[in-house]
Amino acid sequence: MTTIVDYGMGNLGSIQSMLKKLGETSIITSDPYVIEQASRLILPGVGSFDSGMNHLTELNLISSLNKRVVQDKVPILGICLGFQLMTKSSMEGTLTGLSWFDAYTVKFELKESIKKYVLPNMGWRKVSIRKEIPLFEGLDDDSWFYFVHNFHAVTDNIELVSMTSEYGYEFVASLTKDNILGVQFHPEKSHKYGLRLLQNFIRYY
Amino acid sequence: MFRHRIIPVLLLDKSGLYKTQRFLNPRYIGDPINAIRIFNDKEVDELAFLDIGATIDNRNPNLAVLKDIASECFMPLSFGGGIRNVEMIREILNVGVEKVVINTAAVERPRLISESAQLFGSSTIVISIDVKRNHFGKPLVHIRGGRERTRLNPVDWAVEAERLGAGEVLINSIDQDGMMQGYDWMLIKSVSDAVSIPVVAAGGARGIIDFARAIKDYEVSAVAAGSCFVFQGKHRAVLITYPTRMELETALY
Repeated sequence: MTTIVDYGMGNLGSIQSMLKKLGETSIITSDPYVIEQASRLILPGVGSFDSGMNHLTELNLISSLNKRVVQDKVPILGICLGFQLMTKSSMEGTLTGLSWFDAYTVKFELKESIKKYVLPNMGWRKVSIRKEIPLFEGLDDDSWFYFVHNFHAVTDNIELVSMTSEYGYEFVASLTKDNILGVQFHPEKSHKYGLRLLQNFIRYY
Repeated sequence: MFRHRIIPVLLLDKSGLYKTQRFLNPRYIGDPINAIRIFNDKEVDELAFLDIGATIDNRNPNLAVLKDIASECFMPLSFGGGIRNVEMIREILNVGVEKVVINTAAVERPRLISESAQLFGSSTIVISIDVKRNHFGKPLVHIRGGRERTRLNPVDWAVEAERLGAGEVLINSIDQDGMMQGYDWMLIKSVSDAVSIPVVAAGGARGIIDFARAIKDYEVSAVAAGSCFVFQGKHRAVLITYPTRMELETALY
């Protein structure tokens, strides 16, 4: 059973559909009590950093998430904005993030002269696996994932970086630390590669 | 590595799929769910569904149908047709759609672009620009499914849409739609040169030969097509096809 955190930042149906395809039951909730009971969490999200943090605050979810994830070490997968919220801050806003990763979210700095690198970075990209973890079982450097974003995570702690991708330069596609997993791309929109990643998440975490 | 998107555009009217020629004569193609299952198997980069009757009939998007569609799609999905305000966009995104495609409402109230980009992120907002050339060959933006001409020049409108926060623009040639004679190349080039957000070429593709030309010579981020993915042969028999990854990589790179 996987609990999908609904904090009003879009696109939850597709994640639930892919879990259903994998035979996994899931619930979509914004109830702090339900989140405190969860055995496996997904923090999705599309939108801006500050509105994401504001919604989490207004729904009274931050302490429940901290309790369940940091204290009880329940596995959580952050997707796109949900992943960025796990960092300390973002150049997109002024609010403090969940700060589970010793990392920050910054805007792509692309050279204006190269026409094909435009923002958002939207589309299918290959990834490079930097850390052999169960989440990536069956995936390799020929795997494609679907990205849609203007911002990406950066960290000085190289041990957190489990996957990178390239768009003008190499950027962080995934940070992981024990039970806390974050991916910048959208597994629920990445066909067989995303199916495999979600399957690994529900099988091994 | 960079991979350009090849996007089938499927036209919905209520719950069936249709294909038009020059935005007229919709021909029934089949059931959307069947089509998605085939496109899933073919590992399509992205799918776009456009409800061609919604704006004309002044009806809201059918969220129940859209939810079924989104539930089947394991690829990014865009939806357009009849979208008028941010509440509608929120509902559409919440049923599992990745991006919304806005046309008429953005022309009538450009502020909708900035409002929705602010709330949902630029990358969620696609501005679709339907273009028809007048008797002098001058391209003009059309709205309401091509039925109403505006005075807007497509390049000016694309630049304005970018300024307001659009994440990408879909340039669709009404004259070339369904003709399978190639894109309106001049139009594609003029828009692609003017904006720095992704440009998606649409209207008239014969297939991989036009995709390769648009990407290599016209520097678009993505190409869209309808007929060449749903019709086969000179008698235009209905058959859903999509090039293999190998065929695409050979032709494009």
